[in-house]
Amino acid sequence: MLSTQIIFGLTAVGLFALGLRGTLLHASALARILSINVCGAGVFLMFVTLAYSGHADPDPVPHALVLTGIVVAVSATALALVLARRLQESADE
Amino acid sequence: MTDLLGITLIAIGIVFFTAGSVGLLRLPDMYSRLHALTKADNLGLGLLAAGVAIIDGGLVTAIKLLLIWLLVLTASAASAHLVAQHGLRKGGDA
Amino acid sequence: MSGNLAVVVDLLLAMLLLALAWAATTTRDMKRAVVLFIVFGLLLALVWARLKAPDLALAEAAIGAGIAGVLLLAALRREPPAETAASDPPRVAVWLLNVLTLVVAVALGWALLHILGGGEQARLGETVRARIGDSGVSNPVTAVLLNFRAYDTLLELAVILTAVLGILALGPAARGYRRSGPVLQLLTRWLVPLLILMSGYLLWVGAHAPGGAFQAGATLAAAAVLLHLAGHDRAGLPGATVMRGLLVAGIGVFVGVGLLVTAGGMAVLQYPPAWAGALILLIETAATLMIAGALALAYLGGRPADWEAGITPREEKD
Repeated sequence: MLSTQIIFGLTAVGLFALGLRGTLLHASALARILSINVCGAGVFLMFVTLAYSGHADPDPVPHALVLTGIVVAVSATALALVLARRLQESADE
Repeated sequence: MTDLLGITLIAIGIVFFTAGSVGLLRLPDMYSRLHALTKADNLGLGLLAAGVAIIDGGLVTAIKLLLIWLLVLTASAASAHLVAQHGLRKGGDA
Repeated sequence: MSGNLAVVVDLLLAMLLLALAWAATTTRDMKRAVVLFIVFGLLLALVWARLKAPDLALAEAAIGAGIAGVLLLAALRREPPAETAASDPPRVAVWLLNVLTLVVAVALGWALLHILGGGEQARLGETVRARIGDSGVSNPVTAVLLNFRAYDTLLELAVILTAVLGILALGPAARGYRRSGPVLQLLTRWLVPLLILMSGYLLWVGAHAPGGAFQAGATLAAAAVLLHLAGHDRAGLPGATVMRGLLVAGIGVFVGVGLLVTAGGMAVLQYPPAWAGALILLIETAATLMIAGALALAYLGGRPADWEAGITPREEKD
């Protein structure tokens, strides 16, 4: 296994753990959504690290999955932010 | 030979970026910090782009890098102006 | 020599990523957290470039750092005051949480090293590279997204549409900005046509180089965001009917093409190899417009002013 894969793979695990901690630690919705996005970034990094292979071309299938994942994550983030705002508004009433 | 020239340009560009970062961390108020940052963006990126263009050697790459530099110039100048204007409206020194 | 240098660069990138993630998830100042998150996204784009994933680098810079950052910043506009120390969970709970995440991290890290040391297995990538001639495009990621795994992309577009429907149903869009000063007006006047041009280029080039529908859609959405910031209340978007049409057309064209090819005796979404390139471009164009509209509506945060709130009851006729 390549040193690049080890380094970035462990980084991906670290990012996932940090995101998980942030999600469970904070109280405000915005902080939690941000932490979930960090979690997601860790997962994407894991995919791409496993697809990487030194001097040969990387495996395109995980890349396509991560590309889909990035767009879906942003859409979910947008919906979550609007929901959070609506919840805040109805809590303030 | 061209590689050496390119690396020198990139190294000088990195010096500018470092200066900009140090300025961001150490200067007292917002306006001087903006000043330091735009120096890093304009000259630092320009030298970096020139160095990369020289090392790469192709004309198309050089033109693309020039366009990228021009775009970053306009964007950073405009955003520095907007940040400074907002700071001024909010009440002078920041 | 270059191997060692590469390790140093990798270590630097990895440590920066972790440091930024730590800072963004532990700070209490939300403005700071959002800015750190945007920087994190840009650094992640750099990491994608390092890991030979240029499509992802483009997408992460445009969508992950750009659009997501803008969404979070827009949400900050109405954010209540930051969390105070009084609202912290008890120290025991925090301590337990740290232990829990450490355990999870160690377990995942062990599993990862086990996988990485497990030797080569057959990868789907080899099948893709063998059959890429039949796919109609030469960029392997585009081939996977729009031909070999077209169902995934179709369902992804459906997910985006669902998110947009949710956003539209939840209330009106946030208030706009007043007309900006001359600097931003000038910038917008030059950048928006350039962004539209870039978007078309990214869409076209996705067939044979890094690029594609998602990056192109995000670039168009960035143009809409810029227009909104300069004071254009509807972010340059067309009216409600056209917007609805565009949002539905993204999926409609995809499904339509998929069903149309069955007329020639193929399975659903099995493009005939001679037409594959053209069909993929058609689907990608519709998808670009849909993604751009969806991301722009997501940024606006609700129904723009000229959309009706729902079915208006018909007047009672005497």
